[in-house]
Amino acid sequence: MLDIKNVKKTFNINTINEKKALNGINLHLNEGDFVTVIGGNGAGKSTTLNMIAGVYPIDSGKIEIDGVNISRFPEYKRAKYIGRVFQDPMMGTAAGMEIQENMALAYRRGKERGLAWGIKQNEKSFYQEALKKLGLGLENRMTNKVGLLSGGQRQALTLLMATLQKPQILLLDEHTAALDPKTAKKVLEITEEIVDEQNLTTLMITHNMKDAIQIGNRLIMMHEGRIIFDISGEEKKNLEVEDLLRKFEEASGEEFSNDRMILAN
Amino acid sequence: MSGLMISLQDAVVQGVLWGIMVLGVYITYKLLDIADLTVDGSFALGGCVCAVMVLVFKMDPWIALLIAGIAGMAAGAITGLLHTVFEIPAILAGILTQIGLWSINLRIMGGKSNVPLLKTDTIVSKFIDATGINKQAGALMIGVGFAVVMIVLLYWFFGTEIGSAMRATGNNEAMVRALGVNTNWTKLLALTISNGLVGISGGLVCQSQKYADIGMGTGAIVIGLAAIVIGEVLMGKLRSFGSKLASAVVGAVIYFVIRAVVLRMGMNANDMKLLSAAIVAVALCVPVVIRKWRLKAAYTEGGE
Repeated sequence: MLDIKNVKKTFNINTINEKKALNGINLHLNEGDFVTVIGGNGAGKSTTLNMIAGVYPIDSGKIEIDGVNISRFPEYKRAKYIGRVFQDPMMGTAAGMEIQENMALAYRRGKERGLAWGIKQNEKSFYQEALKKLGLGLENRMTNKVGLLSGGQRQALTLLMATLQKPQILLLDEHTAALDPKTAKKVLEITEEIVDEQNLTTLMITHNMKDAIQIGNRLIMMHEGRIIFDISGEEKKNLEVEDLLRKFEEASGEEFSNDRMILAN
Repeated sequence: MSGLMISLQDAVVQGVLWGIMVLGVYITYKLLDIADLTVDGSFALGGCVCAVMVLVFKMDPWIALLIAGIAGMAAGAITGLLHTVFEIPAILAGILTQIGLWSINLRIMGGKSNVPLLKTDTIVSKFIDATGINKQAGALMIGVGFAVVMIVLLYWFFGTEIGSAMRATGNNEAMVRALGVNTNWTKLLALTISNGLVGISGGLVCQSQKYADIGMGTGAIVIGLAAIVIGEVLMGKLRSFGSKLASAVVGAVIYFVIRAVVLRMGMNANDMKLLSAAIVAVALCVPVVIRKWRLKAAYTEGGE
């Protein structure tokens, strides 16, 4: 499914702000893998997702999806394979447009866009059904502007939009971090439902270690632009938060002193 | 009194013809959030091209108008390329094209700053000959006809898949890219279409006033913004996209009516640009002042 081979990225190369963001990442995802990604600030989690999505070009290495080498595709061409939800609820939707217009845009992800009408009559009932499953009452507000929705509603909508066309890979970049705990829980539940239903291959960054252990079938930990820990199956299910902290110390030779990660327990 | 009526009728005709340009400005300013200064140059370009095609190349005025539109599109595409491929800020890219067009427009007119179309046929004269109505009414019908056709076309276009992607680009570029749209392409296309409308408007104004002038586009962007602002104030309650486009044209008509009235009241014509700038500046300042005032007024001591 997804194959990342020895991908490297350095920002601001040859300047005083030079930062090695990715130090040779290798990752292979099987179809249907739901991988949670943890690590401290600056570990390279977001950078990894952004490299897959094509937000910036990589320096070296190779990224393949279903055997297609997408390493040099621009961001908009990779969109055909990738569904994304961002940390910022504002980033995934167009605030000035209607809910159904947003969905129609997302429904055409990766397809040729022509002079056909932007939203067809028969799509609307499909969108309504999909919105109903979110259980947020949005199915009755399809012509409302997205700007009127709350952060949680917008995040749920973005998630739905990212999966209207089944993506080869779903990238979730801390998509619940900006939400209050109750809403975050709800959005996580919706995430698991959708991923489960469509058997999506998913990478999800989180700062909540309990979530990272409970959700998905595989967990990777990153540190200084490397994957330092990769665990799946039964072994992952039996993990404790303390194990992760210890693992981090072992692998990195440092104490896990990231407040956000410890507090997030 | 009849003098006032005639100048008001003139103003309405001018307003409708300039309204086509305002539709172009609406696309860039309202939908893409870009203040495109190409407009001053591409409006004059449309006028100059149209005049020269009719006068020198003896072309049919309709075809001349079409070429004026294409010339405008080319100008918009240059700004678009500078802005998207070479990442020059939109305002600066527009200024560069606008300044360059000044020299090009002079060259098109053979070095003269003014080309009169005294004895040649225009769209308006042909229409009057064919229908036998008076000049004012003929010009008005042509203008309104053009405005309606353009509004319908734009309404259709911005409802299509490409058009929706273009509207979304102005809303949230990152999202649109994540959904597989090349935002450089949508921006380039929007600037091209916008300036095409501006070029056609320049050609229409040239044919109705029967001359092209190197300075005819100066301040066009400010007129466009003023018209949009006036239209919003008058018809801001209307929410549908079609009525928003219509309000841009209505705004242009009101602008030229105001202009005619203040000129008849004895204002110096040279002060008109100051008035236009003031209208736009005030319209942009008022919401900010209100917001700041409300923030201050919301404070009560002691948390009552």
